[in-house]
Amino acid sequence: MPGLLLTAPSFIALAVFVYGFIGWNFRISLTDWKALSPDFNFIGLKNYRDLLVDERFKIDIKNSLIFTVVFMVACLLLGLLLAILLDQKLKFEGLFRSVYLLPMAISFIVTGVVWRWLMNPATDDRISGINLLFTKVGLDPLVNQWHLTPNWGMAGIALPAVWQMAGYTMALFLAGIRSIPEEIREAARVDGASEWRIYRHVILPQLRPIALSAIVILGHISLKVFDLIIAIAGKQLALDVPAIYMWQTSFDAYNFGKGATLATYILFSVAIVIVPYLIFTMRQERKS
Amino acid sequence: MKKSRLLLYPALIFFLIFFLLPVYVVVVTSLKPLGDISLSTMWSLPKSLDFVNYSLAWEKLGPSVINSFQLVIPAAVIAAFLGSMNGFVLAKWKFPGADIVFPIILFGMFIPYQSILIPLVTTMRELGIYGGIPGLILVHVIYGLPIMTLIFRNYYASVPTELIEAAKVDGAGMLGTYFRVVLPISIPAFIVAIIWEFTSIWNDFLFAVVLTGPSSWPVTVALNNIAGSQIVQWNVQMAGALIASLPTVLVYIILGRYFLRGLMSGALKG
Repeated sequence: MPGLLLTAPSFIALAVFVYGFIGWNFRISLTDWKALSPDFNFIGLKNYRDLLVDERFKIDIKNSLIFTVVFMVACLLLGLLLAILLDQKLKFEGLFRSVYLLPMAISFIVTGVVWRWLMNPATDDRISGINLLFTKVGLDPLVNQWHLTPNWGMAGIALPAVWQMAGYTMALFLAGIRSIPEEIREAARVDGASEWRIYRHVILPQLRPIALSAIVILGHISLKVFDLIIAIAGKQLALDVPAIYMWQTSFDAYNFGKGATLATYILFSVAIVIVPYLIFTMRQERKS
Repeated sequence: MKKSRLLLYPALIFFLIFFLLPVYVVVVTSLKPLGDISLSTMWSLPKSLDFVNYSLAWEKLGPSVINSFQLVIPAAVIAAFLGSMNGFVLAKWKFPGADIVFPIILFGMFIPYQSILIPLVTTMRELGIYGGIPGLILVHVIYGLPIMTLIFRNYYASVPTELIEAAKVDGAGMLGTYFRVVLPISIPAFIVAIIWEFTSIWNDFLFAVVLTGPSSWPVTVALNNIAGSQIVQWNVQMAGALIASLPTVLVYIILGRYFLRGLMSGALKG
């Protein structure tokens, strides 16, 4: 029981600031509070229904999906490839690993500020950034509009996000690969299996739990993506996502009822990924 | 076998270049004199080194860098200390229902903060701590508690229970056991936890931009405000980006091992 006393301040703070505020936010989402001073005029689920037919929200969902798919697939594939490359016990492994993981120490804002410049879409005499580099090394066909590509700009935004998070995915996979006992691989080698077949049939199946963790972590990050887009593109409709819409609606336009509704939608999208994962992880832990 | 392994280096080096390319551009651009900003030479090395961009960037970002330090150090230390006590209780001094409470706490580290932002701002206004660094410290401490609790709980789970039992036999109570037995062996976990909090609070933008004003802006907000501006030149922006990331990058370079451990626990893997 004294344990409960020692942890009570933390638990109460979290109960209020996480669960209490989520409930409060939901209550706000049921109102048409639009000015600075709270005005709780109950309008039921009207905000939720309005958003379902809201043009900007439709764009946001599409953008969020494009970003999530490109970001996750690229991070998982690149992360796995880098992990396998680093697993070969080559010289300078530590150096390569440290460099691949370096972007994790940097903020999305810094990443955005730098990549905004690298992904400059200008062409001809104003060409710069990566496009300029492409023309210098003879890769002219690769010159493109990056995040300003019509319809697919979000895939351009995913590039710096992959730059930032691929090393993290690599670290997860590498830890997974290294935790597989060497004897298992050795046994497969004795049976005459090629290195490729060992990865394909021995190692990859064992990485499933790690891949699940990676998918959940990357997924919830991509559903919340906010500062990276702000730093690269500011607030442009073509690159809008629910988190930016929520921020503008609440703190630029003071439409708190609608802002709270957007927030609830974002929370819901994250919760359907995270809650099953938490339950699953806790069950696994109890078993072991 | 040996020869085919050598073929892996080109691949490793290709990715090395991919990850370092932005770093290269930031460094060379920030060292170029103000006159030398032609876009066509942005990939070339500077003809001469010039640190004027750094002093110009510091003029714009200096106060916010100091704000960031004033924010990050107390927040990281307080959050780690509270997390350590929580982790100790949840791993070694359990109360009935502790195993149910833990995942409920963990959920707090995954929520999109948008979903608590409006009540948070309203509450901070009511309490009169909106717009300043102390309020932002409180917010980061509270929302840092789940990950801090997780890191310490996993660390303490590996501490032999006999150690705790021995202290109990010697008549130590919960606090005595914590302070005399557990805390002294917690230094590695504190390093991991404080590095994690230091990095994530330093790099935070959402809380910072909503909860602070110009005089209390942390560096992420200040940097974002000069980004893409027509008035502040690229050389200065790149010097600013480097200044804004230097503290966390230095921590990463010096204490990378602990940084990695924090990252791993963020994926719920001890």
